[in-house]
Formats: sequence, structure tokens, C-alpha cells
Amino acid sequence: MVTAHNRHVIFLTYLVALLLMVIPIGWENNWLRPEFVPMLVIYWVMVLPQQSSLLLLWLLGCFQDLLEGAMLGQHAMALMIVAYVCLLSYQRIRNYTLWHQTFFVFVLVGLNQLVDNWVHSLQGSAAPTLVFLLPALTSALIWPVVWTLLEFLRMRYRIS
Amino acid sequence: MGLGALALILIFLNVYTDALDPVRSRLASLATPFYWIADTPRSILEWGQETVRTREQLEEENELMKAELLIHKRKLQQMASLSAENVRLRQLLNSADMVRDRVLVAELIGVSPDPLTHRVIINKGRKHGVYLGQPLLDAQGLMGQVVEVNDFASQVLLITDTTHALPVQINRNGVRAVAEGTGDLYQLKLRHLANTVDIEEGDLLVSSGLGQRFPVGYPVATVTSVIHDPGQPFARVEALPEAQLNRSRHVLLVFSGEGGRVTADSLKDPIDDNSAADKSSQSQADDGRRSSATGE
Repeated sequence: MVTAHNRHVIFLTYLVALLLMVIPIGWENNWLRPEFVPMLVIYWVMVLPQQSSLLLLWLLGCFQDLLEGAMLGQHAMALMIVAYVCLLSYQRIRNYTLWHQTFFVFVLVGLNQLVDNWVHSLQGSAAPTLVFLLPALTSALIWPVVWTLLEFLRMRYRIS
Repeated sequence: MGLGALALILIFLNVYTDALDPVRSRLASLATPFYWIADTPRSILEWGQETVRTREQLEEENELMKAELLIHKRKLQQMASLSAENVRLRQLLNSADMVRDRVLVAELIGVSPDPLTHRVIINKGRKHGVYLGQPLLDAQGLMGQVVEVNDFASQVLLITDTTHALPVQINRNGVRAVAEGTGDLYQLKLRHLANTVDIEEGDLLVSSGLGQRFPVGYPVATVTSVIHDPGQPFARVEALPEAQLNRSRHVLLVFSGEGGRVTADSLKDPIDDNSAADKSSQSQADDGRRSSATGE
């Protein structure tokens, strides 16, 4: 039986991720912005699969929609799919090496982007090229940094 | 599974109905603090730059602004007589009176991080009288319209968003068209314009006011390319937005026609349409006119 310890730190990391999502970096660079929220979902579902609440993740996705002015349910849908794949495969990802994990992150964030773009296509505003996969690439590149930081946080505050 | 299905239902409700709009606008105020916080580093930086400016820099800027003001004043002198003439002609024709617009100065505090939606967040909301569908301008031209209003902030859909279109007319000859966003910040497209229509590169497009949403006569875009393909039923016309959609920080919210009717008398004071917005600029303008009058 695992007891909850320092759970609020998880909540804080999500807040920081949402903040990073809206920090202005200029129109031209917007495609290069890593998708921090799905990355955090991947991490926390991977290390604490039993403690992850899909309902809370769903609400998080809806909040991200409000934040970005997207359609309600768009990011919720994407996060559900990411979390689901993660829950199915967390036992394997945990044992991957870090560079192996980055490939996995690329695929998962790519999946997230794919759902995003599909919802956009319903509205007629889909990306004209494969450019919508760029955030998946930058997310994968920055994953080692994010992973190291979050591991440090988890050890430091003994989050379980 | 259930939650995914719920998300799907939400998405389809969003796409095909507007049942969720009230919920959205109620909840959207939760998102505003994030934009305020994300904007603070920039505003602190700006404040820092303003306060540590050297005397020379300030003098230089002052000089530049005076020169610019002089140029605008010259234009205004002509405008007063031209508008007076316009009013008289309208009276002769028994056509509708021109109305004056009241404006409110706002500041951009955020930009939607999603590259596929062109939305910005401004720091004025319901408490300042902002309403749904209100037009937004910058110094150069039309920027967009308000699509979500909170108490102290609102979201604006830019004219280049793929879901946006607005009625325009060519300033040169009054031909009407619809300018559609393309998802590219530097491009608008004119839809369903016949191959025989008189339109050239460099034509200025102004808002025609036909949709009852945007006021008449604000510059929207300049035509950059006209392609007549005999195989196509319509000409392909692209235009570059006049407004600095990428750069503007200070923007204007327009209250259409709230400034009262334009009469020949009221034209003596050409700048007082933003009387409610900022008194300082008005008094400056008054001073300016006096000095130019004595100059003559």
C-alpha cells in the first residue's frame, strides 16, 4: 500500500507547464515550443501509474483548451490517448535508457499533435504541411532535461 | 474510454453547435491569470527600459515624435475641409449621416500559443465596456474582433485566422469583396472575385461595414498579387494585412458610432473622437491647432 506523499508538487509542476505553454516567444517560433503538458503526463503516468487519475488529466486538458482558446475537449482528448498508451506500456518505458525514451516521447507527443490537428481539421484550420509534428521533435530533444529535473524533484520531495 | 468519449462529444458539440459558448465564456476568466503572469517579465523589462532611458535618448525620441505629429497635423488640416465637404455632399444627396466612433486604448497581454489559431488577449474586459464582436484596430488598420469577454480581459480573433472573414471594398473603385483569413499572419485571400473585376496589385482594401460588425472605412489590407487563370472561374487575389498583427502592443477598441453624428460644426475639432479614451492627446491636439493657427 502506497501512501500519498507531497502530491501537491505534481500539481505545481502542471501549473508551471501550463505557464510555459503561454509564455510569449513570437509567432514564428510557436511551432518550436515543446508540448510540456503531454510530456509531464508521460512522466507522471510512467513513474506513478497507480496514482494517476484520468479524470484529473481530463480536466487538465479542458483547462489547457480554455487557456489556448482551442475547442473544448481538444487537448482533453489528446491527453486521454497519451495517458492511455502510457498506462499500457509504463512497465517497458521505465526500463528504457534515456535516449530510447526520447524516441518514445517523440511518438507519444506526435500522437498528441495528430489528435490536435485532427480536431483543427474539423474546423477547417488544420496545418497545411507536416509542420504540426515539429513540437514532437522539440519535445523529444528537451526530454532528457525535463526527465532529469523531474527525477530530481521526485527524489527531493519523495513524491509517491 | 468513457472520458475519451466525453471529450469527443464535447468536441462535436463545439464544432456543430454553439451550446457550449456560455460555459466557455464563464470559465475563460480562469485562464487570464496565466497570461498576466506570463506577461510580467516583459512588462518589468519594458518598465526598466523606460526608467533608465538617458536624457539624449528621450530628447531624440521627443524630436522624432514632434516631427511625426507635425506630419499628421498637416494631414488633419486637409481632412477637416474634406470631411466638411463630404458632410455637405451627403446632405445634398439626402443620404445617411456619417457617424463618429469612440475608441478605447487597450494593451496586448498575450498571444495564443497554438500556431493554428490566431487569437490575442487584451487587458480590457466587460468592466471597461467591451462587448462581443467589438472591432479592434491598431495604428495601421483593422486587427480583428472580440470573441470572448471576461471581466478584465478579452480574447480577440485576428482577421488572418482561418475561421475569420470580413466584408471589404476596394478603396479605389468601391468593388465589394470578402477577405478571408488563411492561417498565415501575412496573408488574406479574396474569395469569389470574378476574373473581370477591376483589381490591381497595390489596391487598398477598406472595411465596407456591410456585415454590421466592422465600422466603415478602416484600412484592412493591400493587394499583393492578382492571378487570372483562364481555367478557373474566379481570380486568385492575395492581400497583406495593414495592421501589424505580429508587433502591435497598443491597440484600439472601437465603439461603433457612439461618438454622435458628424455635422459640419463638429468637424472643427477633428481629433475629439477619442475624447473618452485619452484626454491628454486631445489637449495636445488643441494646443497644436492653436499654434498652427497662429503660424498662419
